Amino acid sequence: MPAELPLEIVIVDDEVQIRRLLRLTLEPAGYRVRECETGAQGLSEVAMRRPDAVILDLSLPDLDGVEVLRRLRDWTRLPVLVLSVRRDEVDKIAALDAGADDYLTKPFGGGELLARLRAILRRVTPAEAAQTVRFGDIEVDFSKRSVTKKGEELHLTMKEYALLRLLLQNRGKVLTHGQLLREVWGLRHEQDTHYLRVHMANLRKKIGSSAESRFLRTESGIGYRFLDE
Amino acid sequence: MNSELPSDFPYAADHAPRGAHPRRKGRLTVYFGMGPGSGKTSAILRAALSEHENGADVQIGVVETRARPGTEALAGQLAEALGGVSLPGELDLPGVLARHPALLLVDDLGHDNAPEARHPKRYQDVIELLAAGIGVAATIDVCALESRAEAAARITGRPVSETVPDSVMDEADEIVLVDVTPSEFIDRRDETRSLLGGRADVLPEAGLGERQLTALRELALRFMAERMDRRLRELKAAEPGQPDWRSTERLLVAVGPSPSSVRLVRWARRMAAAQGAPWMAVSVESPRLLTPRARRSLDGNLALARELGAEIVVTQDENLANALIRTAREHRATQIFVGRSRAPKWIDRLNGGSTVDRLIRLGGEFDIRVAPAGGAGDDGQDGGDFDRAHLSPIREYLLALNMLAVVSLAGVFAVGHVGLHAVGLGYLMCIVVLSLVVGRGPVLMAGVVSALAWDFLFIPPVLSFHIGKPEDAAMFAAYFVVALVTGELTARIRNKEQNERSRELRATALYRLTLSLADAAGPDEAVAQALAQCGDLFAARCALLLSDEKTGKLTQHPSGTLDLGEQPMKVAEWSIRNRKPAGRFTGTFGSAAGFFTPLVRGTTALGVLCIEVQPDSELALSQRDLVEGIAAQLAMFVERDRLRAAAEREKLLSESERLHRVLLDGVSHELKTPLAVLSAAADRIDDADAATRASLAGEIRIATHRLNRLVNNLLDQTRLESGALRPRIDWCDAGDLIFAAVDSVRESLAGRPFETSVDPDMPLFRADFALMEQVIANLLLNAALHTPPGTAISLAAGWDRPGGRVCFTVADRGPGLPLEMRDRLFKKFQRGDSARAGGLGLGLSIVRGFVTAQGGEIVAGENPGGGAAFTVYLPCPESGRLTT
Repeated sequence: MPAELPLEIVIVDDEVQIRRLLRLTLEPAGYRVRECETGAQGLSEVAMRRPDAVILDLSLPDLDGVEVLRRLRDWTRLPVLVLSVRRDEVDKIAALDAGADDYLTKPFGGGELLARLRAILRRVTPAEAAQTVRFGDIEVDFSKRSVTKKGEELHLTMKEYALLRLLLQNRGKVLTHGQLLREVWGLRHEQDTHYLRVHMANLRKKIGSSAESRFLRTESGIGYRFLDE
Repeated sequence: MNSELPSDFPYAADHAPRGAHPRRKGRLTVYFGMGPGSGKTSAILRAALSEHENGADVQIGVVETRARPGTEALAGQLAEALGGVSLPGELDLPGVLARHPALLLVDDLGHDNAPEARHPKRYQDVIELLAAGIGVAATIDVCALESRAEAAARITGRPVSETVPDSVMDEADEIVLVDVTPSEFIDRRDETRSLLGGRADVLPEAGLGERQLTALRELALRFMAERMDRRLRELKAAEPGQPDWRSTERLLVAVGPSPSSVRLVRWARRMAAAQGAPWMAVSVESPRLLTPRARRSLDGNLALARELGAEIVVTQDENLANALIRTAREHRATQIFVGRSRAPKWIDRLNGGSTVDRLIRLGGEFDIRVAPAGGAGDDGQDGGDFDRAHLSPIREYLLALNMLAVVSLAGVFAVGHVGLHAVGLGYLMCIVVLSLVVGRGPVLMAGVVSALAWDFLFIPPVLSFHIGKPEDAAMFAAYFVVALVTGELTARIRNKEQNERSRELRATALYRLTLSLADAAGPDEAVAQALAQCGDLFAARCALLLSDEKTGKLTQHPSGTLDLGEQPMKVAEWSIRNRKPAGRFTGTFGSAAGFFTPLVRGTTALGVLCIEVQPDSELALSQRDLVEGIAAQLAMFVERDRLRAAAEREKLLSESERLHRVLLDGVSHELKTPLAVLSAAADRIDDADAATRASLAGEIRIATHRLNRLVNNLLDQTRLESGALRPRIDWCDAGDLIFAAVDSVRESLAGRPFETSVDPDMPLFRADFALMEQVIANLLLNAALHTPPGTAISLAAGWDRPGGRVCFTVADRGPGLPLEMRDRLFKKFQRGDSARAGGLGLGLSIVRGFVTAQGGEIVAGENPGGGAAFTVYLPCPESGRLTT
């Protein structure tokens, strides 16, 4: 949670009502908010302020949101949450592949927005780069490469473990099919989504009960992500 | 004058088939006189002046004053009154069409236009002007009338080169006779002469004496009298209770290739006009082939008859008289017009009498009229044409002579061994062989020559035409007859066969066209096939131009083999506008390379068919008829196609109108309800206590969900309908899919027993994950919406291994689906009767759209034990399956 030094968020959206609403949602939660109307303004604001995260609309009057994202990614890894009315998977994948950490379609709920924002902010907090991760009854120890459920060892294959680790390390962030395949199977298998389907299904089966499986979210048509709230 | 004619008046000349034409707007007044100098030009000038004074927009199309002082003065006066215009020497057709005056003066309708003009004749310009709605005042001499030209030429002793078809007179709304007595005429001429001096001698009327003037005047007056007579009869016929005069007389004229047929045709037309009777021109195809020249001449004669308003009938028979009688009976003619036979009497006698004799003998019920013996140069016959029409090319004669020479030479060497009778048989064989390869003329010549050669070379005494023994003489006579008959018969059979072949070709062509039009997969393919057939048939390049229904703009069909340039396009436009053939072989744009036939249905032309044969080959009349037949077929096809398209459009339109209404009603309701909630809640939220505020927030959340769902549904439906939906098919896992779908509708399913089951053997399958998620979520929502709260809903995924498909079934325990609902369930804007809360009725329509887009299907059925069940099937062939 934000400490005495409040986290700063830059909002890039051309709709004044959305900006106002975001401010109304974020400020009570303890964030400091900067508003920008255009892509160019947003880019210079981020360069000057070095905020902790960016909330970015895709339809901007001057630049395409994906283009803004690309220019940001040229020099910074700061978390970016894309907020857009476009709900086509193609748009989502384009934004995520361009480096967005998460994607939220309008209309959205205030609670959901705060949760997503917290998730992508936590990912980069150094304190979180822990050796072990717990969710539900599951405990993952990266140093020992072991996964246990209620203290019992789960026998994961190499790929299943690799998948789980990747998702956990990027908690809160949506990983597209392409990104997961590239990381776990290699560049040549970027299109082989059936590998991913099978291994995700097996991973879910091994983790068991729907309570834990819910942590591994399916982002339909896009990819997967680990979400622990 | 004709404005009150019955609409199907049989005189309908080719130009203006009444009934087919909508009544044209332009009014034609013809000033009709006996000859040049009778005062017609002055008459139209005076009429124009008075029209101008009445305020009409008058334009001088063309006026020929021929320097006559009186006419000149009038023309000057009119030109002055019209604002000092100059007198044009030729009619500027495009200019006039563009200016569109109320009345146009056109002098001397018979005049031939300059070669580069649109029509060869001035009267054709006038017909176009009338069709464009421009009134015309024109002058015509009796000498220039097609049917009177010859008589006039005989009177004046000068040939008439520029003529007007009589049908133009039928077009006239009013005919004004400009009459002048011969003595007055002469007085006037003398006056002109005294004013002009020697220049007056170049006037066309210069050399006419009183006797000739009287004859011309009589010709003109008689023409008028005949017209008046006919008019009277028409008026009488129009009265109720009167017998229809049209059924009483019907004229039939035999037309052959000879130039005298022209006279015969004009005579028949005159008689038909005088009697007010319809008439037809009959051409009898004999088994003997015509020479190309005779064929052209015959086509010309038939074209003239058509021009003069005759119906054309082409029939086939060996015997002219039989054919004429048969045709006359078939068409219920009452009078038959024929020319005199020119054949020598003895030939007629051999043939069982001349054509005329036979007509009289066979056709007792008909009036047989034989063309009157004319003056000098009259070789008036027509039946005779068939006997001399055919002349084989020189090469065939040479071939025949060569063969005879070879046989003779062989005979000279062989006669010592085989005898002179065997040589005679050799000649006979030669004749038979010849008749198989050459025409009738050469065979007959070979018959005669071989008989003489036999006599001269072989029958003793040798080397003389004298025949010594009586048995040799008998032999010679028999040979002569056998040779001639053999040759004649073989040639006849051959020709008949040829004619039949060409007829069959024609019938087959039309039949094949009909078949291919009916068989073709689409309209474009049908047209392509028709054009290809046309091209094969005439060895020509073809193009089809179709006019746009709304704009009338002509566009070329892509499957044509001919690309039309700017000039031919103009011809095509003319043809379609006037609904008449144009281009080569016709009187309009005759210099064009192609033959343009309009596709006429009723009163509209739907397009133009253009056939372009090689410049050195021709389209015979019969072929042109075939082109017209094809054009008619095509027209029918195009019209049918357009009607179908129109009906479909109409249906779509009314359907979309209904949808619009439903959409508007539905959307306004669906939008306004949540908006009302939002607005009311926003008003109340300030001064509400904590508990109320919480429930208000809940209402706001529900309202926004509902709005969001509505917008998404509308967007999805639009995406489906616009074809923008492109499923991204990829491997999907059923568990994953169900997990995601159920997750998204968890709230709506709260408070119900809900269970999911997945077949343990369930393979991966190919689908668009996001679409399928929405499909299942929509089905679940649908079930929740249409069943009482608290009832169970289940979702099952299964694998139909033999069927090669996977299925997802959403079943409920609600009231189930009435049978009659199942059909329309998946249509847009159909809402279940038991739907509790609103909804646009788009849910299932979208579901089906998504499923279909992925190659699957959805079935609505019954849940065993009560309730409805929706099952989505997706293809999952065993071979394409992956179970890594």
